[in-house]
Amino acid sequence: MLVKQISVFLENKSGRLAEVTKILGSHDIDISALSIADTTDFGVLRLIVNKPEQAEKVLIENGFTVSCTSVIAIAVPDEPGGLASALEVLKNGSVGIEYMYAFVGKSSTHALVILRVEEPEKAIKLLEEMKIKVLSAEEVYNL
Amino acid sequence: MQYWNATCECMSRDEMADLQSKRLIETVKRVYQNVPSYREKMQQKGVEPGDIKSIEDLKKLPFVYKQDLRDNYPYGMFAAPMSEIVRIHASSGTTGKQTVVGYTQKDLDTWSEIMARTLVNAGANKNSFIQVAYGYGLFTGGLGTHYGAERIGASVIPVSVGNTKRQIQIMKDFGTTIIACTPSYALYLAEEMEAQGISKDDLKLEAGVFGAEPWSENMRKEIEERLGIIAIDIYGLSEVMGPGVASECQCKCGLHIQEDHFIPEIIDPETEEVLPPGSTGELVFTTITKEGLPLIRYRTRDISSLTYEKCECGRTLVRMSKVTGRTDDMLIIRGVNVFPSQIESVLLEFSDIAPHYQLIVDRVGRLDVLEIWVEMNQKMFSDQVRKLEDVERKITKEIESTLGISAKVKLVEPKSIERSEGKAKRVIDKRKI
Repeated sequence: MLVKQISVFLENKSGRLAEVTKILGSHDIDISALSIADTTDFGVLRLIVNKPEQAEKVLIENGFTVSCTSVIAIAVPDEPGGLASALEVLKNGSVGIEYMYAFVGKSSTHALVILRVEEPEKAIKLLEEMKIKVLSAEEVYNL
Repeated sequence: MQYWNATCECMSRDEMADLQSKRLIETVKRVYQNVPSYREKMQQKGVEPGDIKSIEDLKKLPFVYKQDLRDNYPYGMFAAPMSEIVRIHASSGTTGKQTVVGYTQKDLDTWSEIMARTLVNAGANKNSFIQVAYGYGLFTGGLGTHYGAERIGASVIPVSVGNTKRQIQIMKDFGTTIIACTPSYALYLAEEMEAQGISKDDLKLEAGVFGAEPWSENMRKEIEERLGIIAIDIYGLSEVMGPGVASECQCKCGLHIQEDHFIPEIIDPETEEVLPPGSTGELVFTTITKEGLPLIRYRTRDISSLTYEKCECGRTLVRMSKVTGRTDDMLIIRGVNVFPSQIESVLLEFSDIAPHYQLIVDRVGRLDVLEIWVEMNQKMFSDQVRKLEDVERKITKEIESTLGISAKVKLVEPKSIERSEGKAKRVIDKRKI
């Protein structure tokens, strides 16, 4: 149930993000979700793509520092309180969230959210017990 | 008072050569007897103490390097028993290990004497108020100047470094007549005074003794104008003694070396040949009165030249030109000696392989700032910004505790540091001195 996320180190200077997306595009790699966390000097770009292994490889070949992390993708009802109920589950199970970001929406009834947690296996178990939809890697890559 | 010690400072060249020869012979005997590494070095070169009959024979002796002090860390090069050592100072080394120097009571007396001469060169007398804004502690600047000022009988104000506001208030309220600090700090003081609306006429400042970093004639002019003082360049290094090894007189045409204690040579750093007077090359010192840590032909890595002509001030002591550079990659940042290799060894602690890095030194306002660019690599990287910021913070902290200077660490992308022939350019010094 774990999804591979690609993280890329980027300096805060113009053109870097464009460079990454261009490299991925030229290798026919599709981005389905992304987020950027930044400081004054640098940022970390996190990507969910359809071919994570290949994305990691081509980015490293192009001189980027890249890491691959396991994250969870969940689908929550696209309505008020939808996300809250999922997060409540993790809170009750004492699973801390490192960071999270939302997907570019493709489902009309559900919102898709990426979660980076310290104990992903435990988180998945908790979420599934509460009937919250956790997406499989294949489902995510094929979005 | 024109001279502190006219007998030594205005001695004829012949008398000086005789005195130096006598003292050199003694020093060589002592180190040969007391310091195993000197004995080995001399034996390897096939020289015995008996071969040294005058200063003409100095060139027969092997050189001593900073590395020798490191290899014999901490006390291996001392020529006096530890029971005779009454003071220990240290300067930062290139691999984390410090260079340790020890002084006997006689050494401290000599140091006070040469520092007294230095301060008199700047116009000090027993009525002077001397504010010492060099650091007190293991660094030799503070205490060296302090003891020299006391020797003259001046009133010493031992403020040490930092707290600019207080420095200025003390200068004004205590009636400081002579300030001792780095030249860049002198300019910073001038700027802060202006910002606070304090005019140079509110002060009694007459002179400044400035050292521990290179500075230009333009900087001198600016300091002299803005503070309304005479600015004197002083030179020293802890291995040889500390501040006071050489200093300018009021003529400001070269720094008089206290030759009755230190014999200078200028050599070609490549061929190691001694160069004739007037040539530019690496400055080499032999101490001839030191007991704690005598040094024979110590390679300073500083580039200078010597002139033996009598100075207009009446002193016959040889003069060295202002140091114009280094034969190695040492940087002087806010008066602190920094080797890129020190930074490299700190960075190694954060990564299996030494990351590529670049040191960017600049002068913002009047103060040196050091920025360290470190190329990100797989080992250091994390998808969590918090962890990356943690890396920056830890490197900054480690640099500060190892080198004693604060630096801004900036993580950059791989291959973003300029390379020439595959080698990253380690240092970019943007300072215009």
